[in-house]
Amino acid sequence: MKPMPRKKFEIWPYLLLAPALIIMVGVVFVPVVEAIIMSFKFYDMRYPNKTEFLGLSNYIEILTKDPQFWPSFGRTLLWVLFGVGFQFLFGFILALILNREFRGRGVVRALSMVPWVTPGVLIGLVWRWLYDGDYGVVNDLLIRMGILEDGIPFLSRMETALPATIVSVVWQGIPFFALMLLAALQGVSPDMYEAADIDGANFFQKLFRITLPSIKNTLFVTLLLRVIWVMNSVDIIQNMTAGGPAYATQTLSVYVYQKAHVLNLGYASAMAVLMTLLMLMAAVPYLRSTFKNDQ
Amino acid sequence: MKQHHTVKSVCKTFFGLVLPVAAFLIFLLFPFYWMFVTSVKPNAEIYANPLIYWPREFTWATYEKLFGYFDFLKYMKNSLIVAVCTMILSLFVSTLAAYAFSRYNFPGRKVLMAVFLSNNMFPTVLLMIPLYSIMRQLGLLYTPGGLVLAYTTFTIPFSVWLIQGFIRDVPFSLEEAALVDGCNRVRAFLKIFLPVLTPCLLAAGVYMFMQAWNEYTLASMFTNPATRTIPVALNSLIGQLGVEWDMLCAGGTVSVIPVCVMFFFAQKRLVAGLTAGAVKG
Repeated sequence: MKPMPRKKFEIWPYLLLAPALIIMVGVVFVPVVEAIIMSFKFYDMRYPNKTEFLGLSNYIEILTKDPQFWPSFGRTLLWVLFGVGFQFLFGFILALILNREFRGRGVVRALSMVPWVTPGVLIGLVWRWLYDGDYGVVNDLLIRMGILEDGIPFLSRMETALPATIVSVVWQGIPFFALMLLAALQGVSPDMYEAADIDGANFFQKLFRITLPSIKNTLFVTLLLRVIWVMNSVDIIQNMTAGGPAYATQTLSVYVYQKAHVLNLGYASAMAVLMTLLMLMAAVPYLRSTFKNDQ
Repeated sequence: MKQHHTVKSVCKTFFGLVLPVAAFLIFLLFPFYWMFVTSVKPNAEIYANPLIYWPREFTWATYEKLFGYFDFLKYMKNSLIVAVCTMILSLFVSTLAAYAFSRYNFPGRKVLMAVFLSNNMFPTVLLMIPLYSIMRQLGLLYTPGGLVLAYTTFTIPFSVWLIQGFIRDVPFSLEEAALVDGCNRVRAFLKIFLPVLTPCLLAAGVYMFMQAWNEYTLASMFTNPATRTIPVALNSLIGQLGVEWDMLCAGGTVSVIPVCVMFFFAQKRLVAGLTAGAVKG
């Protein structure tokens, strides 16, 4: 629906926006500016009297000297690409299944949403328990199926740790994709499929010509929200592996989190600013489309 | 021929529907089953080889330990206070803001909308650092109020967006009729608009409650042992010698149940709002 046409200057909208705006300025904009200022400083809570202005040297150190920055950056890309990619794939399949009429559909839908409402800490820790080298279910099942001979401590091996954490973030994200895409699918008119059936279209033609174009907007926003959330996510990795073994699961947000925890705030801020720039690149198309739609 | 057909269709439903549904449900729900089962097993069965999938002996001893010496109720109370305050504060300010955005056309509307939407993009870890030092200066560090304010950094932008999605579905003619009848804007908002929107606001509230109840990253920085919320308490079960799995699984079970129940009641409306936001916003 279109907003009311503008007549004369009104004070109401500004008054209504004021409380939210004041809070946002206080908890977001002032801190962001503060973070940018801090990123140019030596600011370490362990040496409270030694705060000094450094210029760009935090950034230079991160980009050229820090042995962990670029590997973490690469892992962040893998974590988001595979994490969100598989969430989308399986979430879409689940949405297609739930879009069919069958008895007990409501129950299945409600039950399949539970991972989404589970705290990230718990997801990290329960999956850590499932992956356990001695008493873990994953190993037990793989051994029973004859795929493995002996249990693998998935989370303490360099090559299996990151894929293992990705599986758990996929598990967390499937419901959100399924829920959003299902709602979008239910808005697609059945007439279009009937017409396609008459024309003899096959499953894939219908998928690519009707289904995907119809749910494009929802798909786009869902992908973007998940990319932001998954990139930001600290709790799952922090509780599963704390970034280990030997940094094998350390993403940028986990790295910044750990640096902030040891109270090296200037350095951590600089890294967080770099991470924000990375996220803004993902967000620009989203903001642009919002503006376009609002015309 | 007919016989053949039914066999074929039974096969089709089995492989096309029953099997995939079962596979998804097992994958998505098994971790919860395992968590609950671990929480009611005696220690000898938790650490048994081969694994015991169906406990032979049920015990509530872990839950006694959880509420006894671990004092889990204290953390639940902390979480409840923070989640309820976050929910009320964000609902109040976001509803007003969303109403302004969707019912008025005013200079600066677009810029302000972009400001709110772009708030979603700042990583938690970016805000966490300056908030920590600001709260320390203001004496808000380690208080529930400080944590609530920190949570509004993501609940307000998101719920403004969500509630705008809901408002779009409320026809403007409803308030217009009231205005024509001589109601002023405030009365029209309170008497006509708000009652229509209430179920949607409750759904948005559930979402915000859930976010605050589950949040770990900020809570781990902004709480101390006295004000700790559930996720931080669960994290504290990671010890030097490994995780106390029995306690973790019991605490996990207790903390997941309330949000699940709330979510089941709110899910339909919540999704309607999320997708309405997605279509245009």
